[in-house]
Amino acid sequence: MTGFLAVIGRELHLALRGGGDVLTLVLFFVIIGVVVPFAVGPDQALLARLAPGVVWIAAFLAMLLGLDRLFRADNEDGTLILLRQADLPFAAIVAAKVMAHWLVSALPLIVASPMLAVLLAMDLEAFGRTVLSLLVGTPALAAFGAVGAAITVSIRRGGLIAPVLIAPLCVPVLIFGVGAIATGPGPDQSGPALLFLAALSLMALALAPFAAAFAITSGED
Amino acid sequence: MTIETAPKQSWWNRIAHPGQFVAMTQRLLWPLTIITALLFVVGLWFAFFNSPEDYQMGDTVRIMYVHVPSAWLSQFVYAVMAVSALGTLVWRHPMADVSMKAAAPLGATFTVLALFTGSLWGRPTWGTFWEWDGRMTSTLVLLFIYLGIIALWRAFDDQLRAARVIAVFTLVGAVNIPIIKFSVDWWSTLHQPASVFRADGPTMPGSILTPLFVMFFAFTFLFLTLHLKAMHTEVRRRKLMALERQAVQAGVSA
Repeated sequence: MTGFLAVIGRELHLALRGGGDVLTLVLFFVIIGVVVPFAVGPDQALLARLAPGVVWIAAFLAMLLGLDRLFRADNEDGTLILLRQADLPFAAIVAAKVMAHWLVSALPLIVASPMLAVLLAMDLEAFGRTVLSLLVGTPALAAFGAVGAAITVSIRRGGLIAPVLIAPLCVPVLIFGVGAIATGPGPDQSGPALLFLAALSLMALALAPFAAAFAITSGED
Repeated sequence: MTIETAPKQSWWNRIAHPGQFVAMTQRLLWPLTIITALLFVVGLWFAFFNSPEDYQMGDTVRIMYVHVPSAWLSQFVYAVMAVSALGTLVWRHPMADVSMKAAAPLGATFTVLALFTGSLWGRPTWGTFWEWDGRMTSTLVLLFIYLGIIALWRAFDDQLRAARVIAVFTLVGAVNIPIIKFSVDWWSTLHQPASVFRADGPTMPGSILTPLFVMFFAFTFLFLTLHLKAMHTEVRRRKLMALERQAVQAGVSA
């Protein structure tokens, strides 16, 4: 367990001391929210209706963009090879990295989401549901993303290909994530959607580290 | 005195050698081609001349004879890829790599064909080329997964390493596809429910079912033929690359 926590601590130290990477991602997230009103017009009612989807798309894109730093730097300087010699199973190390990745790339977005709520004219209730669905759903994005990052880690210019691979797999997360906010017409199914989202997150968190660790080990010669 | 010969290898081991594989399956290629052609002749004759118009859809029902087999293949080819991925990871069978790589573009093509014929049929029948309905959406997502896999094959230089990594992704996708299908169905559904394979028998009259089944086999055999041919091509491409590398090295050392 200490090894597990040590890996998380190392990742957090690196992310916080490594300059403004975290802040840049948050900035990107907010900018998407700012750009949308220019594209669809500043109509408050329309914006409020689109807001949950926009927040989810912004979070989705920001997390896909941040994927590349999950394994690439560690692969280039040889840290990954050292980590594979550790007593801890490699899948556990990958799981620790996924959790740390969620802490530095998803949590800041959720903290920053009140800004988008104001900009997109969300009411308090919709905002509360959005935060809840982001909290429940982003771990699944981080876990799927880890698989994509692991698969492309040995490709030199893999930066673009990981999001292209992972985006189709994340469709269920988006569907249930936005479904859990439920602002559309028809019967309210936000409760079941939130449960499905939680199930997806738990399943992805449980299985993805094994797949990602396997992809990294089999990708090396 | 007879000379003790090496024990006869099983076909499974023999086809692990790329050259042996091509030599052994070369003989299959012509029969497969002929069966495919015959099935298409019979199937298309049924589809165009010997099946009734639908009382609601008219002649557009004939699009189904291409649409349904393509849609079936779009999923069947992924299953072939997933089994080949297991072959790569579990048995490290060299031909499994080749089979996986050769299947991806074929699967993408059948998926495009299914989407394209579906939208051609949807325009006169539903009044729109595209509707965000459950089955269409999950087929579209499947197409993107195929395209991602093809892009991944192209991104790697070392094809042996690529095979193992892509096998992992193919299996992750195989686990995910049912989830995508379920979530998209939950999201929206307009497409008709399953009507060929059902517990209480098909809901279509035999006059439409016969051409559908013939076309079904025709397309499946078309895939088998093209897949085998693509595997041969891939084996030869790898051989060529190895020879080129040797030639370059010989040139350097000389």
